[in-house]
Amino acid sequence: MFDRIWQMLIKEFLELKRDKWARFRLVVPPLIQMLIFGYAATFEVYHVPTIVLDRDHTMESRDLISRFTSSDRFRIVRVAETDDDVENAINRSDAALAIVVHAGFTRLLRKGQEAPLQVILDGTNSNTALISLGYLDLIVARYSQDYMSDLLHRGIGGPASSKIVQVTIEPRPWYNPDLNGRWFFVPGVVGSLTLVLVVSLTASAIVREREVGTLEQIMVTPIRPAEYILGKTVPFFIIGLAEVALVALFGTLWFRIPFAGNPLVLLLGTSLFLLSTLGLGLLISTVSKTQQQAFASNFFVVNPMFTLSGFSFPIASMPEPLQWLTYLDPLRYYLVVIRATFLKGVGLDVLWPDMLGMAALGAGLLTISILRFRKSLD
Amino acid sequence: MRLRRLKAIAVKEVLQILRDPRSLMIALLMPFMQMILLGYGISLDVKHLPVCVFDREASQNSQALLKRFQASDYFTIVANYQSYRAVTAGLDAGTCRLALVIPPDFTERLSDVGTSSVQALVDATDDNTANIAMGYAEAVVSGFSSDIRLETAAASGSATQTIQPVAVQSRVWFNEDLTSRNFIIPGVVALVMALVGAQLTSLTIAREWERGTMELLVSTPVTPTELMLGKLLPYFGIGLLDAVFCLAFAVFWFEVPFRGTLVTLFLTTSLFLVVVLGIGYLISTAIRSQVGAAQIGLLVTLLPTTLLSGYAFPIDQMPPAVQAVTYLVFARYYVTSLKAVFLKGSGVLDLMEPILAMIVYAGVVAVLAARAFRKRLD
Repeated sequence: MFDRIWQMLIKEFLELKRDKWARFRLVVPPLIQMLIFGYAATFEVYHVPTIVLDRDHTMESRDLISRFTSSDRFRIVRVAETDDDVENAINRSDAALAIVVHAGFTRLLRKGQEAPLQVILDGTNSNTALISLGYLDLIVARYSQDYMSDLLHRGIGGPASSKIVQVTIEPRPWYNPDLNGRWFFVPGVVGSLTLVLVVSLTASAIVREREVGTLEQIMVTPIRPAEYILGKTVPFFIIGLAEVALVALFGTLWFRIPFAGNPLVLLLGTSLFLLSTLGLGLLISTVSKTQQQAFASNFFVVNPMFTLSGFSFPIASMPEPLQWLTYLDPLRYYLVVIRATFLKGVGLDVLWPDMLGMAALGAGLLTISILRFRKSLD
Repeated sequence: MRLRRLKAIAVKEVLQILRDPRSLMIALLMPFMQMILLGYGISLDVKHLPVCVFDREASQNSQALLKRFQASDYFTIVANYQSYRAVTAGLDAGTCRLALVIPPDFTERLSDVGTSSVQALVDATDDNTANIAMGYAEAVVSGFSSDIRLETAAASGSATQTIQPVAVQSRVWFNEDLTSRNFIIPGVVALVMALVGAQLTSLTIAREWERGTMELLVSTPVTPTELMLGKLLPYFGIGLLDAVFCLAFAVFWFEVPFRGTLVTLFLTTSLFLVVVLGIGYLISTAIRSQVGAAQIGLLVTLLPTTLLSGYAFPIDQMPPAVQAVTYLVFARYYVTSLKAVFLKGSGVLDLMEPILAMIVYAGVVAVLAARAFRKRLD
C-alpha cells in the first residue's frame, strides 16, 4: 500500500518538475501579490490634505495652525481667503479637511471662554474621516493643555483654574504599539494566498486527469481510491506547507513583521488549515467535470470565504446571520491563529478553539469529498 | 462596415447567451450574490466592541465612568476582572478588545490633585479597529470629565472652569453619519461590474476556438471590427442591466444616498462598461482556452480592483510607486466617479478628469481589440 502511494507521490512531483508554468504560478504571483497587498492594503491615515482659513490672524491662531503643519497626519494644501475657497476645495476633493478659525477666537480664549474651532470633514471615506478627526482632537487637546499651563505659569489663570479637575485616558495599544497596518495585513495575506492556491491546485489537478483521460488509466492499476486520494493530496499538503513558508518568510522579512509566538503552534495551525483546503479542493473536483467548471465553482466558493474571513473587514462588524456563516470558513480560524502567533505570541491554551474548528471542518470536508469521490469513480 | 453583418453577429451572440445557462447565471446571479455578500460583509464601523474592566477602586465615581462605557453604542462590557493577569489573559484570548483599568486612587487623586487617569489597554492586532476604538474611548472619558467638572464647580459655587478652552465643532459633509457602508457600496458596484464584465466577454472568442466554430466564423465575410462590435453589443446590454440592478440595489436596499443625476451615472457607467468589456474581449482574442481566459480575466480584474481602485483602501495613503500604478487600474476612475455621484452629487463637469481618463482608456482598448482579431486559423 505504501509502495503504491509512494509511486503516486513520485508521479505528482515529476509532473510538477516538468510543468514550468505550474512552478512559476506557485512562486511568482504569490510573491507579487504579497508585495501589492503589503503596500496597498492599509487603513492608516497620514498627510490628510487640509485647507486652512484663519480669520483671526493672531499669535494664538497661528500657533494652533502650525501644530497641524508640523504633524505628519495632516498636510496643509492651501491657505484659504474666503468661505467659498473652503467649500470649493472640499467639493472638488482638493482637501478632505478644512480648519476654520473664526475672528474673535483669541478674544474668547483670553476671556477664559470656550473658543470654537470649526472643522469641516469630507465624510466620503468614513474611515479616513473618523480617524483624522481623532488625530485632530488630539492636537487640539494638546494645544488647549499647553495654553492652560502657560496661563498658570504666568499666573493669570485666576483662582478657578489653579486646580484643574480632569479625567484622562492613557491608551496603550498592545501587540502592535505603532498601529502599523502591515502588521495586521501581511500575516493575513499568507492565509488568503494559501487558500486560493491550494484549493485551485487540488481541484484542477484531479479534474485535469479526468479531462485528459489519465484518471481511467490510473484506475486500472491496482491502486485503491483511498490510496489515490492520499497520493494526490499529500503532495499538495507538502506544496502548501512550502508555500506558507515561502510567502510568510518573504512577507515578514520584507515588511519586518515581528514573530512573537511559537513556530510549532503555527505549524500545527497551518497543517489543520491545509486539511480543510485540500478537502475543499477535492470536493470541487468531484462536482466538476471540466476544468472550466472547476474554475467557476472555485471562484464561487473561495471568493465568499475571502470576504467572510475577517481578512480586512472585522467579522464583528457584519450582521449576525453573516457572522454565523463565518464559522464555516476555515480561513476565519486560520487568520486568528496566524495573527495571534505572529503578533500576540499566544499558544494552544488560547488558540485551541480555532484549531478545533479547523480540524472539524477539515475532517468533515475530507470525509464528504472522499465519499463523493468514490461514487464518481464507479 | 456593414450593419447587416454586425446585426447577424449580435443576434447569433444573443442566441448563444440565451441557450447557455451557465453564462447566463454568471451574468445575472453573480451580481446579486456579490452585492449581498460584499454589501453586508464589508463594513468598518466599530460597534459593541467587547470591553473588560479591572476596577481597582470600585467607587461611585469609577462605576459612573464604567456606566458611560456600557451606555455607549460602541462598547459592551463583557467581563469584570480582579487582577492584571486576568486582564492580560482576556486580551490574549480575544475575549475583549479593550481593557479599562481604573487605579485604586482614582477618586482620591481627583479630589487631591484634580487629575486622574484611566488606563486603556487596546488589542491593536487590528490597527484600524484599535484606532477607532481609542477615539471613541477618548470621547467617553472626556464627556465624563466635563460632567465632573460641572459638578465640582456647582458644589464649590465657583464659575465653571474651562479646561478645554478650544472646542472642536466638526461638521461632516457628504456622509454625515460616517457610515462605512455609504462609501464602500458604490465601490462594491464597481467591483462587481468589473468582475462580471470581464468574465462575460473573456470567453467569447475562446469559446469559438474550443467549439471549433472559429473555422466557420473566419470563412464568413465579417470584418474584425464588425465581429468585435457585434460580439460586444449584447454584452453591453447585459452589462447595463447588471449595472441598473446593482445601482438600484445600492440605493433601495442598502439606502446609500444618491445625490447626483442619472445622466452622469449613465455616462460613467457606459464608459466603464466599454473599457471592461473591451479588456475581456482582448483577453479572449489572446488566449484560446476558456479556462485560461477566465483565469486571466479574474487576475486583471479582481486583484487590482479590490486593492488598487480605492474602493476600500484610500489611494492617497499608498506609497508613490503604487499610486502611480493605480492610474493604470481602470476601476479606479469608475470608483472615484461613483462615490462622487452618489455622495457628493457631482456632475459631469466635476468629474472631467476620471471621465476623460475612461474615454482615453476605452479608445485604446477599442482600437487594440478591433485589431487583435485576425482572420487566421493558425
